[in-house]
Amino acid sequence: MPSITFIHPDSRAESVDAKDGDSAMYTALLHGIDGIVGECGGGAVCATCHVYVDGDWMGKLSPVGDDEDELLEGVAAERLPNSRLSCQIKITPELDGLVLRLPERQV
Amino acid sequence: MTTTGTVHSATEAAGAQGVNGGAHLRIPGLDVDPFAISFFEDPHPTHEVLREAGPVVHLDKWNVYAVARYAEVHAVLNDPQTFCSSRGVGLSDFAKEKPWRPPSLILEADPPAHTRTRAVLNKVLSPAVMKQIRDRFAAAAEAKVDELLAKGSFDAVTDLAEAYPLSVFPDAVGLKQEGREHLLPYAGLVFNAFGPPNELRQNAIERSAPHQAYVQEQCQRDNLAPGGFGACIHARVDSGDITAAEAPMLVRSLLSAGIDTTVNGLGAAIYCLARYPEEFARLRSDPSLARNAFEEAVRYESPVQTFFRTTTKDVEISGYHVGEGEKILMFLGAANRDPRRWVDPERYDITRKTSGHVGFGSGIHMCVGQLVARLEGEVMLAALSRKVASIQITGEVKRRFNNTLRGLDSLPITLTPA
Ligand code: HEM
Ligand code: FES
Repeated sequence: MPSITFIHPDSRAESVDAKDGDSAMYTALLHGIDGIVGECGGGAVCATCHVYVDGDWMGKLSPVGDDEDELLEGVAAERLPNSRLSCQIKITPELDGLVLRLPERQV
Repeated sequence: MTTTGTVHSATEAAGAQGVNGGAHLRIPGLDVDPFAISFFEDPHPTHEVLREAGPVVHLDKWNVYAVARYAEVHAVLNDPQTFCSSRGVGLSDFAKEKPWRPPSLILEADPPAHTRTRAVLNKVLSPAVMKQIRDRFAAAAEAKVDELLAKGSFDAVTDLAEAYPLSVFPDAVGLKQEGREHLLPYAGLVFNAFGPPNELRQNAIERSAPHQAYVQEQCQRDNLAPGGFGACIHARVDSGDITAAEAPMLVRSLLSAGIDTTVNGLGAAIYCLARYPEEFARLRSDPSLARNAFEEAVRYESPVQTFFRTTTKDVEISGYHVGEGEKILMFLGAANRDPRRWVDPERYDITRKTSGHVGFGSGIHMCVGQLVARLEGEVMLAALSRKVASIQITGEVKRRFNNTLRGLDSLPITLTPA
């Protein structure tokens, strides 16, 4: 099982086991990670599952789609070059070790 | 007709026999009318009967299949190829009956047609747009609560749950001032029309002409103020995303689904906070819970109770066989209180992790206006939590009856200032 680490704004880190095929948003909700809201349940509507992808991992993810790009314009915290919507990050074995930083706020 | 329903096996239901590992599974038939006034009075005991009877049931009265457990409701919502919307999301099958109005280009459409119109409304109602309208909606909520505090005692349905959305949403769409009194009756009509041909539906359609005429007129480009949601939809004609004939129809979707839903959502939230003062106390001590308190009210009361789909082929639902061309009724309200999915489902808990509830649907048709609804709910509950010390119910609570929407007709309350 790929392991994903979520780092809170206060630098607290939580590592969880993720299931192949699940989204990073769903993984976070399943493990009760505060800081991911996911109001639309992964429907790519709400932009409340915002994360900052750590280090080189950005290059290993599938590229940002047009819809996601538009939604990222509406995130509550600052949009940075490494901003992604975690519901659009699908877990694969290659993502073992992925590190995602949580923004200050989601709404 | 009984309220709680009796279970028997649906022998008269064509296609009701299922095969599972060689064993025939009979879909239980229930003598329940989920569109009867007696049901609307208190749907929860019957929701439980429906959930416990099986993963799929047959409602003999209207000759439809139904799902009431969370897992099956979620599965049907998320398989639009098998469970289509283009044959109508009410009881009426558009393949067999003429729709009462031209079908919606988004709600009553399947991919790929749906994908295109949905993309347009997604952009018009996006998180970025919400940032632009947020301050205006919040200021209007503050002003409304001040006005209501000055009054002290009032009807929370008309003076708050209706008055607030009516004070912000029509302006956000860009509607003219005249004729807005048609908006709630039109929406009531639309949501009654998803139901079976009962008195609620027939009466609504009989009286529909003036409301339909108003809505059709307001959807035209010339009648929509620049900068509003309506004008933004029409602007998509210029960029080639939709045709000039499609734009008014998409504006119509906002007028159909954008007001009465939030009226009942806000009404549900106020009713919850009035009934559960300890939850209102928690909200007062942390107003940042306002958004989730609204979301939990949408789960708890499910202002939109039901929608239908139609099967596009023979299908197995949790081992039960259902034939092609059958209507499936999804009980969103029952799914939102299914103990298989929710801990303590009968409790209104403003800190609950609500993600995954189906009050706004799920999958490709999941409410495109959910951000508008949440914005209205959040800013109103936040204003109440800061300015109000207590909410008391001071008179008889009356229910309003609609084939799809669940909400109140009257909720007399008194607010005490903080
Ligand atoms: C608390 C308030 C609301 C509730 C409970 C609600 C509920 C729902 C539900 C359950 C659906 C799914 C329909 C289906 O799967 O067939 C839906 C779809 C839809 N809603 Fe809402 N809604 C609300 C507010 C709004 C608002 C404010 C708007 C407009 C600004 C809106 C516009 C729509 C539209 C156009 C659709 C069709 C989307 C599609 O088919 O892709 N709704 N809503
Ligand atoms: S969960 Fe709503 S956009 Fe990701």
